[in-house]
Amino acid sequence: MALKFPIFMDAQSTTPVDPRAVEAMLPYFTEKFGHPASRNHPFGWEAEGAVDAARGQIAKLIGARDPKEIVFTSGGTEAINLALKGVAEMYREKGNHIVTTIIEQRATLDVCKRLERQGVEVTYVPVQPDGLVDLETLRGAITDKTILISVMFANNEVGTIQDIAAIGKLAKAKGILFHTDATQAAGKVPVDVEAMGIDLLSCTAHLLYGPKGVGALYVRRKGPRVRIAPMIDGGGHERGMRSGTLPVPLIVGFGTAAELCGQAMPEESARLRALRDRLQDLILSNVDEAYLNGHPERRLPHNLNISFAYVEGESVLMGLNKESALSSGSACTSATLEPSYVIGALGASAELAHSSIRFSLHRFSTEEEVDHVGRRTIEVVKRLRDMSPLYELAKEGVDLKSIHWKAE
Amino acid sequence: MAYSDKVVDHYNNPRNVGSFGKDTPGVGTGLVGAPECGDVMKLQIKVNLETGVIEDAKFKTFGCGSAIASSSLATEWLKGKSVDEAAKIKNTDIVNELKLPPVKIHCSVLAEDAIKAALADYKTKQAPVGAGATTK
Repeated sequence: MALKFPIFMDAQSTTPVDPRAVEAMLPYFTEKFGHPASRNHPFGWEAEGAVDAARGQIAKLIGARDPKEIVFTSGGTEAINLALKGVAEMYREKGNHIVTTIIEQRATLDVCKRLERQGVEVTYVPVQPDGLVDLETLRGAITDKTILISVMFANNEVGTIQDIAAIGKLAKAKGILFHTDATQAAGKVPVDVEAMGIDLLSCTAHLLYGPKGVGALYVRRKGPRVRIAPMIDGGGHERGMRSGTLPVPLIVGFGTAAELCGQAMPEESARLRALRDRLQDLILSNVDEAYLNGHPERRLPHNLNISFAYVEGESVLMGLNKESALSSGSACTSATLEPSYVIGALGASAELAHSSIRFSLHRFSTEEEVDHVGRRTIEVVKRLRDMSPLYELAKEGVDLKSIHWKAE
Repeated sequence: MAYSDKVVDHYNNPRNVGSFGKDTPGVGTGLVGAPECGDVMKLQIKVNLETGVIEDAKFKTFGCGSAIASSSLATEWLKGKSVDEAAKIKNTDIVNELKLPPVKIHCSVLAEDAIKAALADYKTKQAPVGAGATTK
């Protein structure tokens, strides 16, 4: 099959909507346009039926007992906001302490920062070099004021998958609620809120081949019954937790996409893991001083994150971006001039944090694409090393740490 | 972020990549930036010791595309200039030529620093041994 450019290998930023999900959505824009809260006529019943069916599909994907435990939001960010702020407000009498990690995505970290300004105490536990949270460290962070533990299921940059069941068990034993940000994991790896002791779970449609603009928060109803304060007041939709007219077409697309992910998961994750391993082997066997970031095994099957010593990440992307879409933890790809805090949190030097490239595969990735991107990456890294003063110094045997750098 | 055509051109076809021997007569070397900041530039000039004109310039850069382009452009501009003229190159000239966005201005600052460091190194090496003892 001929390659089609540009090649998309940035599937942890977003994914294309599966055509079958688009197909399912279409009637809900036009002939089935009813408001799901219209209780007195067929248009409303039809819309409500579609929303409930999607609720069931999403509940099934994450192992929820009851579809009513799914609360629709505008996406992952809103779900995370609702979980953290909703719990902090509702359980204020019980305590004012939240435990999370330093590698959470920005939504979680920014919500925590706001809560801190409002008097909530937050402990950000570090992670090990492979990205895993140490359970004893987590346990040690818990106080008698802790009301919530929030740990991401799988990391968005390095793909490390946490031992969620063990964290759930710990939370349960301590009588603390447990929220997990599963935006990167849901639909990709098995998620089971019952078996894993998850009380709240955030996910989003657009990372599992559904549309942008819709996500969900799972809120446990039994054992314990979790209560959260709403952030948006209005008609009392979603059991009072999230008011606002539901975007029925998006929800239908989300539900269909979730069901397709559940059906495809065993085969799809094996296929993507094989492709990912192929890309990893191709690159690591052809480039010296290229380092895999994250956990070597406990990792999302479609994720590959590599730091290329002596070259800067954005310059690598610039050599590739006409024909392939990738992402970097380089400071120069962000507005802040700070390199990836995730790679930094794994204990890598700042230089290697500036040099990280994330390859993320998806349902429509092919072997030809992987081979092409792998080969081009190798070429670009070699070309950039030929013009890198750091590579030159290292090859001369100079220890870069021995140089007194005059930083700006 | 979209790059200007000139940045892309310098990135794809960098001018004067390479190194001179540091101890070659007439060579001045500037090494600026820091790996942990994501930018390191090495810029070298080779001055004709009789005319005082920069005959050749080379660079190697660890950094983003704009940093590579800024140092590549700097080597182009340095060639044929006298040492005194070279000292007048300003980072704003580089910003204007490459149309660098605000977030990339530090790349041009680093290139100016590299030029200054190379010139200073050249001058230090030209100072006669024991120059400090001569009366002036």
